[in-house]
Amino acid sequence: MPDFSNVELIARQLLGGLWISVQIFVLTLVFTFPFGLVVALGRMSRNAVLRNVTRIYVSVMRGTPLMLQLLVVFFGPYYLFGVSLRNYPPFVAVIVAFVLNYSAYFAEIYRAGITSIPVGQYEAATVLGYTKAQTFFKIILPQVIKRIVPPVTNEVITLVKDTSLAQVLAVQEMFTIAKQLANAQSSMVALVVAGVFYYVFNFVVALVMERIEARLDYYR
Amino acid sequence: MAVLRIENLHKSFGTLDVLKGLSLSVEQGEVVAVIGPSGSGKSTLLRCATLLETMDRGTLAFGDSVVAREGADGRSVYVGKNELRQVKALFGLVFQNFNLFPHYSVLKNIIDAPICVQRRRPDEVREEALALLDKMGLKSKADAYPFQLSGGQQQRVSIARALINHPEILFFDEPTSALDPELTGEILKVIRQLAAEHMTMVIVTHEIDFARNVADRVVFMAGGVIVEQGRPADVLDHPQQERTRAFLAKMSSVNP
Ligand SMILES: Nc1ncnc2c1ncn2[C@@H]1O[C@H](COP(=O)(O)OP(=O)(O)O)[C@@H](O)[C@H]1O
Ligand SMILES: [Mg+2]
Repeated sequence: MPDFSNVELIARQLLGGLWISVQIFVLTLVFTFPFGLVVALGRMSRNAVLRNVTRIYVSVMRGTPLMLQLLVVFFGPYYLFGVSLRNYPPFVAVIVAFVLNYSAYFAEIYRAGITSIPVGQYEAATVLGYTKAQTFFKIILPQVIKRIVPPVTNEVITLVKDTSLAQVLAVQEMFTIAKQLANAQSSMVALVVAGVFYYVFNFVVALVMERIEARLDYYR
Repeated sequence: MAVLRIENLHKSFGTLDVLKGLSLSVEQGEVVAVIGPSGSGKSTLLRCATLLETMDRGTLAFGDSVVAREGADGRSVYVGKNELRQVKALFGLVFQNFNLFPHYSVLKNIIDAPICVQRRRPDEVREEALALLDKMGLKSKADAYPFQLSGGQQQRVSIARALINHPEILFFDEPTSALDPELTGEILKVIRQLAAEHMTMVIVTHEIDFARNVADRVVFMAGGVIVEQGRPADVLDHPQQERTRAFLAKMSSVNP
């Protein structure tokens, strides 16, 4: 019979980890939204070098495990340049690796969204005298955002779960703590509670995304 | 002075020569209907005139604003970016597929460019747009979104959008071709009204009867050149060229 007597204590410790997980989640998204767009524009650039560099970048990021990328981003600088790790907190490496990885996926989502906008939208804007920047930010991007909400929701939900990978760099996020507690107590309870927390986290995320989708539903 | 002056326009896509030295001048208040078989370069002509395509060779001018002239090697040389943007206030283009911005309300579709591009006063533009919508019979639709409108209504909004900057000339590329037959009438009526107000217009159309009724001049294009042009009664009822006759015969058999 598993021991549930100290669930409250476990939950309190996990909440500390959850806070770190939320930080990873939010920071990753804050940087990924713009950086993914930049990568997408590179993918569609007229410049062949830029196009190929971003294409290879996306291919590598999507073709290798995120866990491996975390290790490379954290230990890579040391092995490559002999740089000391003392001023390089694992948390920073986690954010960098997550942003690099998720930007590749977001770039492809943006790219699909941008290419799905009919060319007539650009032409109408051009004839009306909008600059290229105005056309993109006023006319194209808002329509792209509406179209990409469903695939972005998928990525965002995956990101909630992927924050647990930060454990490979011993960042004290929720899963790291849950595993430590489970080991110390020789009990699954901490892991089960962590699972519930992840589920609630994602429930909230899905709710927010649904709200966003509904708010963009005023036009077709 | 001609509102629009195109001289010796050449345009090719790769090895495909689409326009082969075409010249067209349109006078103030004139309504020109452009007819011709599909693929003859009618859209390309309008796209060159509205700066959506760059001409390979030739001259383009709106009134006394020369947009492109032939350089020493014969190729078109365009004026600078800023001048081009200013020239865009001189004309309007109405597309076959309307191309309204779906995320903007009807009103915003019309007023956004004048406010954000031409930097006109918002309250003045707004008032004018509402008057235009009223004229188009769409006053109640100002706050609607394009998807809530019929094709005919969307096209009328796009005409209002093209009119808001008081263009010197309005181009139409098959404005009724994407519409159900019962909706073409309302667009033709609007164009007829604009003609009565002496709006200068170049209209690419397949509606031969409409061209006959509304146009001052009919231009028949084929193979990237103007084959024949003149008063509607002359071109449509007594065509001089064999290609014109063949085209009109085909049109009347398709569309009796
Ligand atoms: N952007 C383009 N690239 C390549 N070919 C084009 C392009 N635009 C038009 N064309 C070709 O030019 C020819 C004339 O087209 P268009 O001007 O649209 O004719 P129309 O409007 O009279 O039907 C067609 O053969 C068309 O396929
Ligand atoms: Mg055409």
